Amino acid sequence: MSEDIIAEIKRDYIYNLAKKGKRVDGRAFDEYRSIEVETRLINNAEGSAKVKIGNTQVVVGVKIQPGKPFPDTPGQGAIITNAEFAPIASPSFEPGPPDENATELARVVDRGVRESGAIDLAKLCITEGENIWMVFIDVYVLDHDGNLVDASALGAIAALLTTKLPNVRYGLGTEDVPLPISDLPVAITAADIDGEILLDPSLDEELIASTLITIITGKDGSLAGIQKSGMGPLTFDQIFHITDLAYKRAKDIREKYLEIVDDQIGEEGKKD
Amino acid sequence: MSDKPNKLIENGKRLDGRNLDELRPIKMEVGVLKRADGSCYMELGGNKAIAAVYGPREVHPRHLQEATQVIIRYRYDMASFSVKERKRPGPDRRSIEISKVSREALAPVILKEYFPRSVIDIFVEILQADAGTRTVGINASSVALADAGIPMRGIVSSCAVGKVDGEIVLDLTGQEDNYGDADMPIAMTQDGKITLLQMDGNLTKEEFARAIELAKKGCKQIYEVQRSALISKYEGVSNV
Repeated sequence: MSEDIIAEIKRDYIYNLAKKGKRVDGRAFDEYRSIEVETRLINNAEGSAKVKIGNTQVVVGVKIQPGKPFPDTPGQGAIITNAEFAPIASPSFEPGPPDENATELARVVDRGVRESGAIDLAKLCITEGENIWMVFIDVYVLDHDGNLVDASALGAIAALLTTKLPNVRYGLGTEDVPLPISDLPVAITAADIDGEILLDPSLDEELIASTLITIITGKDGSLAGIQKSGMGPLTFDQIFHITDLAYKRAKDIREKYLEIVDDQIGEEGKKD
Repeated sequence: MSDKPNKLIENGKRLDGRNLDELRPIKMEVGVLKRADGSCYMELGGNKAIAAVYGPREVHPRHLQEATQVIIRYRYDMASFSVKERKRPGPDRRSIEISKVSREALAPVILKEYFPRSVIDIFVEILQADAGTRTVGINASSVALADAGIPMRGIVSSCAVGKVDGEIVLDLTGQEDNYGDADMPIAMTQDGKITLLQMDGNLTKEEFARAIELAKKGCKQIYEVQRSALISKYEGVSNV
């Protein structure tokens, strides 16, 4: 029961449509399902966001706590990313510690945040060598209908944008200040179905794809992370094609869903 | 958590402005998840939770299956960010106990003999916690079971009662739970059968009787919310 299965007839249907340049839900190959981003829904978290992409739903909560730095980075804060495939989200998810898929998801989300430099870790140092802020990014998948990576990565950066350092709670200051965020990484995932490249695969599309590939880009268009996931090979041409698509789509998503959150925070900051 | 306030009840009103016998605001929505067979989202004051039901389905591992009836599994889980201090993901002693008593609270109303050799999985995810999470989990699960089309004798409704500043009160907040004298979660069916009863703290026999009466009133109100949440999803759906 650990793997989703797909009926042969559905597999053929999706495959044959793809060969004609079409998708089951009528989308173009480079088109996303509708995206919704809701922030600040968990009061007990320092930052939070719920993201829906089509029927896929994830909640990301950010908790910030003081802790000891790693010995090799005494002057830097730490990011710890974790993903839970809650069994509420799919009949194939079972209770238990994160499996390899959940671990891969967490690590890809982590890579986007870390490598884009979205968080300046040096600014999260409280006392060098002794005390730093630890940023826990916890992804909870609520409903799995494909493309968990893009939903989780979008949720993570949206949640981080709403995050405040809890200075008051830990007696480290008189007010809670926003976590400084300097980039807005966006992950774009594509599926390869017999040479056809489809962005934002639904679960059914993921199940028949030979491989998935995620491209994470930052504000300036530079690549911050890549993950190929699946058995099928990709050609160089395909990869460059996907990278171009990913850059364009990421730009749209960033403008439409993240810069709005960013602006809200900015204005609220002024009000304070 | 904030420091202990001098008084939790003043002039018959609680710190959040409620009367002693008043529930916190409730929001309930049925069918919020696509993949689950039944689901329900519930808010009770600062609590936010989702319950999902899968099944009846095949039992894995197979040795757990029972020849004459369906088995029920219940998993209560708190998201790491649901509480002030980050909770390590995964089960702990508390959540294992809550899962057990919650399962036992719901099992009596399910017509188990209808689905031998199968399992009904109930999963509860607490997204935000503010005292009374197990009652929220049970209430949402009960509705999610109905949403999944599981045949039941009735709906289970649950609420907590307790003693705060010497008064018997309904539906304790986190603060009231921490600094109060007793906390007693209850679940019951509409015909008054108690399916969950826990208490910690101190109550006299007379206070206990009053608390039970108040819990009945609370569960009745919860039941009305559960009923209208289900109706609002299914009204207009024809039988044919």
